[in-house]
Amino acid sequence: MPEMLGILRGRAFKLGDDISTDHIQPGRYSYLRSNLPELAKHVLEDADPSFVSRVRPGDFVVGGNNFGLGSSREHAPTIIKMAGVSAILARSVARIFFRNAINVGLPVLVCETDGIDDGDELEVDLGRGIILDRTKGIELSFAKIPDVMLTILNEGGLVPYIQKYGDFKL
Amino acid sequence: MGKTLAEKILSDRSGTDARAGEIVIAKVDLAFVQDTTGPLALRQLEAMGFKSLANRERSIIFLDHAVPTPNKELANDHMFLRDFAAKMGARLSDVGEGICHQLVAESWANPGEVIVGADSHTVTAGALGAFATGMGSTDVAVALALGRTWLRVPESFKIVVSGAFKPGVYAKDLILHLIGSIGADGATYKSLEFDGEAIETMAMSERLTISNMAVEAGAKVGLFAADSITQEYLTSRGRGQMFRSLAPDADAIYERAIEIDASALEPTVAKPHTVDNTALAKELAGTKIQQVFIGTCTNGRLEDLAVAASILKGRKSHSGVRLIIGPASKEVLLKAVDAGYIQTLLAAGAVLVPPGCAGCLGLHQGVLGDGEACLSTANRNFQGRMGNPSAFIYLGSPATAAASAIIGEIADPRQFFV
Repeated sequence: MPEMLGILRGRAFKLGDDISTDHIQPGRYSYLRSNLPELAKHVLEDADPSFVSRVRPGDFVVGGNNFGLGSSREHAPTIIKMAGVSAILARSVARIFFRNAINVGLPVLVCETDGIDDGDELEVDLGRGIILDRTKGIELSFAKIPDVMLTILNEGGLVPYIQKYGDFKL
Repeated sequence: MGKTLAEKILSDRSGTDARAGEIVIAKVDLAFVQDTTGPLALRQLEAMGFKSLANRERSIIFLDHAVPTPNKELANDHMFLRDFAAKMGARLSDVGEGICHQLVAESWANPGEVIVGADSHTVTAGALGAFATGMGSTDVAVALALGRTWLRVPESFKIVVSGAFKPGVYAKDLILHLIGSIGADGATYKSLEFDGEAIETMAMSERLTISNMAVEAGAKVGLFAADSITQEYLTSRGRGQMFRSLAPDADAIYERAIEIDASALEPTVAKPHTVDNTALAKELAGTKIQQVFIGTCTNGRLEDLAVAASILKGRKSHSGVRLIIGPASKEVLLKAVDAGYIQTLLAAGAVLVPPGCAGCLGLHQGVLGDGEACLSTANRNFQGRMGNPSAFIYLGSPATAAASAIIGEIADPRQFFV
């Protein structure tokens, strides 16, 4: 059985419910999709214009319900990852976005995020399935990621997975 | 124990006894990308070391989201995609042919197939009884190279629609009503299966509208049984031989059943900024709009233009409204010209854009100004979707759109039906 291993530490960037793929990667910048570093400068611009300048490597994006609703644009989780975010935490996640995030090697942890506030210091133990909000002193668990996706995530995403296995292995 | 449509199709394409909740590897019968998701897919294909496509005849690159190209970056993307199609022997649908989902319905999709596309509205083909779902660029790249993908077999909701649609009320109103009642995450990971007397007699054009918006409730697929209407449609498209009857088993297990009386539906609108933020059109009377857009994979078909033309015939769109018409394919455009609809719409003050996605996703052909409001027949109204986060998008049927264009405010189209 595959596992996610490692401890992640960083600050929480708290966003609300229904953060869409248009919030994450606004459609008006889609012409930049072949220039990902340039596109990445606009990540989450329509949800929080200050995000891209404030985010530090290792930080977490923390959402509410239905994070990532909308488009199949893989560019959305890609540019969140490029900003240095180590994982997304949310109460619930839209289907295509969840699969795309795993495919680009960005962990998505479904958990009760209501009690996490902007700026909280979080520690995520991927192996034990535990999130510690050190600022609040609360501990949360996250939903298990299906094995097939966990294997892809542990390889670093779908490209390294296919480079290694050449095909899907159930 | 019987199977739902989703379980039947995935059992067949995976060669297993597929049940909801299981993970299967399924053959992919059709895989496609569009011009804003294709470049990443093709680069990833190369990065993964793939040198050829599993099924070149059923691998399609559609140029539709930015046509003709509005800037050099997208023009260069188009060149890259054309080159790739030529090099790998994939099919290319070039500028002006139309929107991928419309063309997939017109020319490619068949009952019982598994179809994946690098676009969330790939679900549209579910109207033809195909397990059609949207995925990211890399997933579709793998499907193009290997001819298969992994899928979790979804649980199914049965949506039973009884009664009959009253004049001025359409499939768009039904699907907006459904999404409004269950929510944008009401069907996450599920298969929506449509059934009932109002569905059995529903024309393919209307079925496509409903399947198209299944993803807006979070669903993986939006499926219709393959019946006599499917057979007629396929025959009219020259692929009648691809028809096979497909229906769920009578003892199939559904996670949820939702009943809707079509006779009770009224023209419905999704308000900014989520698709489930619905209200009746009549409740929004007085809401001024500056743009009306009739088109897209949701409602850009001949039947949609016919409805709009019938309301706008002999009338003018309001002086404060830009009325934009976007036929979903070249064939739709040609037929609409033949039928006189384009003449009628232009005479009413409409502006015509090429067959393609037009202003739906905010790149060109109808980007909104600060504070402006648009009534669109598209499927999504997220903040910033049409290119300006300071604008407002309302979604409605072609009838609601046409009526609103005349009044200059959101309007109930039934006032034009006597």
